Amino acid sequence: MANAAVGKDYSVKLQPVEMLKVLSPEGKIINEDMVPDLTDDQLREIMRRMVFTRAWDKRAVSLQRQGRLGFYAPVSGQEASMIASEFATQKEDFICPGYRDMPQLVWHGYPMYQAFLYSRGHQHGGEIPEGVNVLLPQIIIGAQIVQAAGVAMGFKLKKQKNVVVAYTGDGGSSQGDFYEGLNFAGAFNLPVVFIVQNNQYAISTPRSKQTAAETIAQKAIAAGIRGIQVDGMDALAVYKATHDAVERARNGEGPTLIETVTYRFGPHSMSGDDPSKYRTKDEQGEWENIDPLIRMRKYLESKGLWSEEEENQVMEEAKATVNEQIKKAEQTPKMTIEGLIDSMFEVTPPDLEEQKALYAAAKGDK
Amino acid sequence: MAQMTMIQAITDALRTELRRDPTVLVFGEDVGHVGGVFRATEGLQKEFGEERVFDTPLAESGIGGLAVGLGVQGFRPVAEIQFIGFIFEVMDSIVAQAARMRYRSGGRYNSPIVFRTPYGAGVKSPELHSDPLEGLLAQTPGIKVVVPSNPYDAKGLLISAIRDNDPVFFVEHLKLYRSIKGEVPEGEYTIPLGKANVVKEGKDVTIITYGAMVHTSLEAAKLIEQERGVSVEVIDLRTIKPLDMETVIASVQKTNRAIVVQEAQRSAGVAAEVIAQINEKAILHLEAPVLRCAPPDTVIAFPQIEDEWVPNAARIVHTLKQVLDF
Repeated sequence: MANAAVGKDYSVKLQPVEMLKVLSPEGKIINEDMVPDLTDDQLREIMRRMVFTRAWDKRAVSLQRQGRLGFYAPVSGQEASMIASEFATQKEDFICPGYRDMPQLVWHGYPMYQAFLYSRGHQHGGEIPEGVNVLLPQIIIGAQIVQAAGVAMGFKLKKQKNVVVAYTGDGGSSQGDFYEGLNFAGAFNLPVVFIVQNNQYAISTPRSKQTAAETIAQKAIAAGIRGIQVDGMDALAVYKATHDAVERARNGEGPTLIETVTYRFGPHSMSGDDPSKYRTKDEQGEWENIDPLIRMRKYLESKGLWSEEEENQVMEEAKATVNEQIKKAEQTPKMTIEGLIDSMFEVTPPDLEEQKALYAAAKGDK
Repeated sequence: MAQMTMIQAITDALRTELRRDPTVLVFGEDVGHVGGVFRATEGLQKEFGEERVFDTPLAESGIGGLAVGLGVQGFRPVAEIQFIGFIFEVMDSIVAQAARMRYRSGGRYNSPIVFRTPYGAGVKSPELHSDPLEGLLAQTPGIKVVVPSNPYDAKGLLISAIRDNDPVFFVEHLKLYRSIKGEVPEGEYTIPLGKANVVKEGKDVTIITYGAMVHTSLEAAKLIEQERGVSVEVIDLRTIKPLDMETVIASVQKTNRAIVVQEAQRSAGVAAEVIAQINEKAILHLEAPVLRCAPPDTVIAFPQIEDEWVPNAARIVHTLKQVLDF
């Protein structure tokens, strides 16, 4: 014991992690070197998608309350983290989402009415259209991280210059699969970017109780991959970090872990979670003051690229789209037990055929 | 025709499919350079390269996730789980991910994956290497479970499993790897999944079994035939999910008496399912209840007494007599 106190400290040390920021909460550029290369149209498109998603989220919450949606995990507060990161991908790139990541899926080409069907518990919700490169929302936290390594290895083996972007949260970064996925990606040098949306709570458990690690970004170091922490309320910083990571991965320069520091304004899900039980109104207010939409709006307004009129127009457009898509979901014919049985295997085996017949025969006896 | 051990037949099946189909990939812990702890993949990395036959980091869930992701990308992964007890680490990938992929995605994605793993008592392996866990997987919707009992079947069944577009859990008995040799044809042939094999015809009583117990059951059949002058039919299920009840029922209708022999614990397993279905489909053909010969519902015995724990020929004979004398 005495020796330990006086001897040289051989323990491994970590350099302090510096968070990447580009825009201040007031919408001013604070990091000229890191301003992403985006055209005015692209900047406007990121804003349009964030505003659209906020309005869609609000509408989805009320649809859930009306019983027209099933499980729903609100996204407000995380728009920069979700939308600016997806915006840095190409259509052929692959998204491996967690259950909250519906916006990335929809902006990657997954039809919104299918997201609604998924929420309503209809199998067609999971039937991703051909040419849309996404996996279904993952329920088992972390499973998408190990699968992302497999999808990325597929690209590598096919010599396809595409990248996988996998999403999880601060809670997800505690899972064994998270470490296994990062480690596989590093060991095989796979084209994958892991994005941990650190929204401060895993349902009710705060980030501070999730890990003794000072940042989640530093978890990359143990896997021997690149890690970066980014202001998740800053769309430009998120885009910059993701774009650089995606292009590195595309060029065979290996995986990156990105921690986006963000906040969910709403509850964990609409299934009975009450955030007032585990966080204060003051805390929530502080995060709402640095709303990703406010800062992007201010930035774009200062450049003459955005107006209130335009914002209202996008919100109207979102409402109309949601109304039309929920109707489409509601009008989709109900699935059947027979259809379900037939979807288990490519060719339904005799035992299941028999069970199908048993089910049909018993149907009449009520 | 070449004489092969079961392990050689498995290697031969893998080689045949790696040659035939460029999407087949073989990976797991120590399967690449060294060819697996039982040498099931010996020489394959040399022939097919490190991109198609490779070592993974030591993490079973990572191996499972890799397989699921590669399946989505159109590959046919053959993932080795080094010993069956380690499947608990990869249960999510097998049961919650691969087995549900087609169903969840309404057929857009599938998991054409074979999870190969050795199991089985009789070689005195350490804890969690030999547990008969096949019943856990057989209860999982969306996955097929195959247990070969000899080299010829192992090759034909493994080729079918690799070509199947849905996940297959392929369980290889440790005791059978090198203890028996059999004739194995060169090149391609398949044995359909879900088809049992009547390995011995008889008319007085049926033994329904699979895996290493096929051999123990044949030994028991011989003993009781000598002692009693009865004739015993032995059915090797080969696939325990889905079950080939057609073959089982045809046999029971002929012999009117049956027992099920399994290496797995007594309750809620393959034997229970076989008996339930005989009850549903052939109860009026029975002259006696269908009995189980199986170990007790304990954790698999430690190596010192594992031979006593697993059914032996004498215990099978005892069970047969109960059915014959009913």
